Amino acid sequence: MLPQASPHASYEIAHLIGATVLMAGFGLLYQRRLQAVLNTFAFQAMALAAAAGWQAHIQNAPHLWATAGIALVFKAILVPFALHWLVERLGIHRTVETALSIGWTMVVGVALVALSILLVLPVTAGAAALTRESLALAMSVVLLGLLMMITRHNAVTQVVGFMALENGLILAAVSAKGMPLVVEISVAFSVLVAMTLFGIFFFRIRERFDTLDLHYLETYRGDRQ
Amino acid sequence: MIFHLSALPDIVNPLFWILGAPLAGATLLAALPSWRAAGLVNIAVSVITFGGSLGLFVHRPAATRLFFIDDFNIYLVVLTAFVGLTTAIFSAAYIARETEAQRLTPLHLRFYHSMYQAFLFTMLLALTANNTGVMWVAVEAATLTTVLMVSLYRTREAIEAAWKYFILCSVGIGLALFGTILVYLAAEPVMGDGPDAMAWTLLIGRAAAFQPDLLNLAFVFVLVGYGTKVGLAPLHAWLPDAHAEGPTPISAVLSGLLLNVALYALLRFKMLLSANGHTLTPGPLMVMMGLSSLFLSGFMLYRRGDVKRLFAYSSIEHMGVVTFAFGMGGSLANFAGLLHMTMHSLTKSAIFFAVGILTQNSGTKRIAEIRGLTASHPVLGWAFLLAVLAIAGLPPMGVFMSEFLVVGSTFARQPLLAVPLVIGLLLAFGALISRVQGMAFGEASPARGGYAPASAGASLAAYGPMLAHLALVLVAGLYLPGPLVSWFQSVAKVLG
Repeated sequence: MLPQASPHASYEIAHLIGATVLMAGFGLLYQRRLQAVLNTFAFQAMALAAAAGWQAHIQNAPHLWATAGIALVFKAILVPFALHWLVERLGIHRTVETALSIGWTMVVGVALVALSILLVLPVTAGAAALTRESLALAMSVVLLGLLMMITRHNAVTQVVGFMALENGLILAAVSAKGMPLVVEISVAFSVLVAMTLFGIFFFRIRERFDTLDLHYLETYRGDRQ
Repeated sequence: MIFHLSALPDIVNPLFWILGAPLAGATLLAALPSWRAAGLVNIAVSVITFGGSLGLFVHRPAATRLFFIDDFNIYLVVLTAFVGLTTAIFSAAYIARETEAQRLTPLHLRFYHSMYQAFLFTMLLALTANNTGVMWVAVEAATLTTVLMVSLYRTREAIEAAWKYFILCSVGIGLALFGTILVYLAAEPVMGDGPDAMAWTLLIGRAAAFQPDLLNLAFVFVLVGYGTKVGLAPLHAWLPDAHAEGPTPISAVLSGLLLNVALYALLRFKMLLSANGHTLTPGPLMVMMGLSSLFLSGFMLYRRGDVKRLFAYSSIEHMGVVTFAFGMGGSLANFAGLLHMTMHSLTKSAIFFAVGILTQNSGTKRIAEIRGLTASHPVLGWAFLLAVLAIAGLPPMGVFMSEFLVVGSTFARQPLLAVPLVIGLLLAFGALISRVQGMAFGEASPARGGYAPASAGASLAAYGPMLAHLALVLVAGLYLPGPLVSWFQSVAKVLG
């Protein structure tokens, strides 16, 4: 066990780790190569594991160590490894295809972080300082993940975007003091992610089907008259 | 956190059967190699589940930290178990014909039957869970099982639909979880750490002390999150594809049950906000989303060429109407919303049963290629016509009554809102009538590419559930029993 830090220092460390997760979220947005995206994601998952571990320590909540373990083993090691293998095996394009240029994506990303801080800090005036700022960080990570899913083509980057979003959710869940079921929730997400990876491999989904473009789909299906 | 075994219900508790039967069934069916036997076991398990749900009327278990039954969810549990049962019967006939036409392999079928029961389990768990987190996990698992079933045919279209469904609903589910965490954070200072701050039965009593701003923020996430699963515009994009490309029994349970369960989750959160009193009123948001769903689908219905997509858009329309009604609030509108949810479930699954049979008969899903059903298959043709007229809202069917109540209560409270509502309903009505006319009447199109006719037993299993649903909808339109009305009224009051 680590020595018990003073409350103030333990908040600072929690915020530092949370900010690292957020920085990795930005990192995901400006990578141009798929391999780099996967490495950045592995780093984010490691930072998340550290955040969960730190919360387990300062909240004295041993079950959060399980969440930290899942983040470390499954998300930081197994998933990036599996994705690297998939990219190689399926011959997926190695460069990231963007729907919005990287510069603009970053601008929107900064705006989203500002939005979450402006939104979360006033409404959580009553909550503990630890929760408040972690929540603002977590919400930023969620929104950046969403942004990545919207602005990046192809199945792999989309799945990485989803997992980044999920990292933000787990960060929020571990920061909420004494929240039950955090482990169950991380397991449920892991099953979901594992199924996706399996789906990508099994059905050889190389590119994103133009998922959100309904018009294209309906023409393709002959649903127009 | 591992739950204590003592928290699990005992044998006489109906919940044990309602949740245990589908869970055990899913395991058993995964191991059963014969698909014919699997179809029968699937029905048997659903009978046990339905029996268990009826047992709730006799013996209502006390709320635990894990499960609870109140006036609101008991009716959805019974409805889910009932439609689960009738769809299992229809599914046996449907699957037999699909397999004879060699569209599915035995391995796919094993998987399909197992997932069907797993899906029923997750939905019943979401309905009975007395914990916001357990409910979330159950809805997430329901997404996963249905994604697997939508992709069953392994065609490019099916996989594409499943992928789209998966991506959109995963994001929705993710946002719903964020909302759930925020509700926990709002409750935690009042209720203390731990599972108490996630139990519906405890939350509702002390919701007035929660921090209203945090609840507002939470509700926005929950509305967008679970709203995606309800299929509310503009978050509906997954719904038509998932309905069109999966096996037809799955379209029936998606429309008839899953959308209801997602809406149930949303309404539970709405009840918290109503109980607080200092939050924003959730009504206008829901009214807006309801109206936009109604209008979007009303227009989209005119352009459909695929019969399953047509009725998928009609589901968006009706979920829009239900959300509108609950958004209006007040006991009459809530009553109308509850009734409409029930009527839509029964009618829409009956329609999908009919669509399943007629696409197997004709071998196509194109509306333009299906003609003269009343001449070629009189029973099917007239039942289909009746079901479509019912869903379009013609009297004397139950859907007419519930829509009439929605419109009536809106006129009484907000006459201006009733105008777009009526226009939307008429739009959808016109589209459905113009579409079904060609399918039901005229010269029968020559059968080509259709499957071999089903045996007498299989036909009975295919037609029975559809006719049973239609009979219920007709009876509900003519006469609602007094106890049912007073019960709906008591639920409507709870909803606020």
